[in-house]
Amino acid sequence: MPEITCREALNQALHEEMARDPSTFILGEDVGLYEGSFKVTKGLLARFGEKRVLDTPISEAGIVGMACGAAMTGLRPIAELMTINFAIVAMDQIMNHVAIVRYMFGGQVKVPLTIRAPGGAGHQLGAQHSHVLEAIFMHCPGLRVIVPSFPADAKGLLKSAIRSDDPVMFIEHEGIYGVKGEVPEDEFTLPLGVADIKRRGTDVTIITLSRMVYVCLEAAEELAGEGIQVEVVDLRALNPLDMLTVLESVRRTHRAVTVEESWLTGGWGGEVASRIMEQAFDQMDAPVFRLGCADVPMPYSKHLEQSAIPNVRKVIEAVRSVL
Amino acid sequence: METKKERSLLESRDLLGMYRDMVRVRQFEEACPKLYSQGKMGGFLHLYSGQEAVGVGVAHAIHKQDYMISAYREHGLLIAKGGRPEKVMAELFGKATGVSRGKGGSMHLFDPELRFMGGYGIVGGHLPISVGVAYSILYREGDEVAVCLFGDGATNQGVFHEAMNMAALYQVPMIFICENNGYGIGTSVLRASAMEELYKKSCAYETPGEKVDGMDVLAVYETVRRAVQRAREGGGPSYIEAITYRFRGHSISDPGTYRSEQEKRIWQERDPIPNFARWLVEQGKATREDLEKIDGEEKDLIREAIRFAEESPFPDPEELWTDVYVES
Ligand SMILES: Cc1ncc(C[n+]2csc(CCOP(=O)(O)OP(=O)(O)O)c2C)c(N)n1
Ligand SMILES: [Mg+2]
Repeated sequence: MPEITCREALNQALHEEMARDPSTFILGEDVGLYEGSFKVTKGLLARFGEKRVLDTPISEAGIVGMACGAAMTGLRPIAELMTINFAIVAMDQIMNHVAIVRYMFGGQVKVPLTIRAPGGAGHQLGAQHSHVLEAIFMHCPGLRVIVPSFPADAKGLLKSAIRSDDPVMFIEHEGIYGVKGEVPEDEFTLPLGVADIKRRGTDVTIITLSRMVYVCLEAAEELAGEGIQVEVVDLRALNPLDMLTVLESVRRTHRAVTVEESWLTGGWGGEVASRIMEQAFDQMDAPVFRLGCADVPMPYSKHLEQSAIPNVRKVIEAVRSVL
Repeated sequence: METKKERSLLESRDLLGMYRDMVRVRQFEEACPKLYSQGKMGGFLHLYSGQEAVGVGVAHAIHKQDYMISAYREHGLLIAKGGRPEKVMAELFGKATGVSRGKGGSMHLFDPELRFMGGYGIVGGHLPISVGVAYSILYREGDEVAVCLFGDGATNQGVFHEAMNMAALYQVPMIFICENNGYGIGTSVLRASAMEELYKKSCAYETPGEKVDGMDVLAVYETVRRAVQRAREGGGPSYIEAITYRFRGHSISDPGTYRSEQEKRIWQERDPIPNFARWLVEQGKATREDLEKIDGEEKDLIREAIRFAEESPFPDPEELWTDVYVES
């Protein structure tokens, strides 16, 4: 299998899906002529033209609302938000419209819309450009929330997200666009809401997603040197939430740690932990440990920022604390 | 402005259709407060009485396949577009036979067949959605248009400006229609908008803006018709401000202390229905008897609608969990 970057994998998915379905179009700030702030939309304008690759003004609510209206009337839009931070500007459209119109109108309309947005902390971008918001979208029924880590996952999941008849928040991580991985050459898709065990282990289950998968895999490798076998479950999605895989794993390891880059308080780790408590309490040998971002607005200064975000050392400590 | 000649283009049949639709909407709305106080309905209830000439004028100026999308004061709009009063009433009763199957309520009516793309409760929230609906038409190279109705209050929302800008930028086939009834709840336009003449707000987007007497169904009809024609011919979006008045409170629970009796009286005299009736008779388009017959038929229709709503079942308890996702 060829190794390509996450960015290339996503770009392939966009090219393939737009070629496959003429009702698919992409809109967003700088997606066309500029080929995307992170170059994920490279080559699309040249190949598909202005009608299907629509550069928009800096109007996030306008972008998402427009995409919603197009989706409600038979198109299959992909809205790119320059970063997830700006989704907050469009939150009314996302939570008050996109997510709920199907239900509110008695199931008479569907919203086959994919909202793509990169996010994530760790680049000294300060408090307004470092948000990790997947937990917020997980809170809202009606939205699918997909958060990939490996390039192959990114490609297979984005293709499925675009084909889904439900609205999907597809949250990419700025920190992994350049990471390489094997991606099958042949056409493939991945089911939305199926977790993937990225490393097998017997002693502790780490439940994580997005860039933190890489951090946890590094920690697992180090712990293996000490004879501690860590299983790493990559959720890949928060909605649907694959508790089946999580529960199967923790019933074998009897110990669990959640690792997320979102704020710890109200993060998704709390949800996963309480579901483990509800459904596997008797099989657990220790309380679930939650590791997350410090509950502070993200500081700029490098060492302060790094101290807020989970890292390999913190993951190792977290694993030790449940042994 | 509309000319006498243009008006005469309308056949008597169409004119009586407009009259009938306005009466239907009024009868429907005026039946609601009693039903509300009897506990048949819950939640918010925003009535359209007084504004009928706008909705009916708009609905008659577009085709069945044209899209309509609106804010929450929309019973009259859906009915004017051909919505069955009994299915609207059933929705207000929260019944399974309602237009949104009992899951929407008064503010969230929807009808895909009539291409009524919904009533929305977040002021201004549906404006960008309407641009997307119109973009769909452009994308498919269809010849339909989209009309988007909203209140004066919505013109002060950020998304109003985003939507106006994007509609003009992409030259989508749509008409923005502001129903200026003078107030956003208790705050008058004067106290909410730095620009009192709301139709001028589209000038920043090089979109033609026009105001029309929203108490005159024919004036609304003609103005909208011209904008629709322009949109169909690829001339892009338009913006129309219809000056109107709501005869009732903002919602059913509004005591209405912010409007003077004198003001209300002046507007009551401009009631679009009796004025249009008088005009029809004067012009020899109809007799008093013709109109009374229509009044009676519509009264019966609404009585039937209430009976239908009353006798319809509530949604099955299982319905709580359906329609959240297409793919569960
Ligand atoms: C974003 C938002 N803010 C506030 C409200 C509360 N609210 C409901 S209706 C309304 C007044 C809107 O006035 P207008 O747009 O003129 O419509 P009208 O009710 O007069 O038809 C307000 C403030 C809301 N629904 N949405
Ligand atoms: Mg108003």
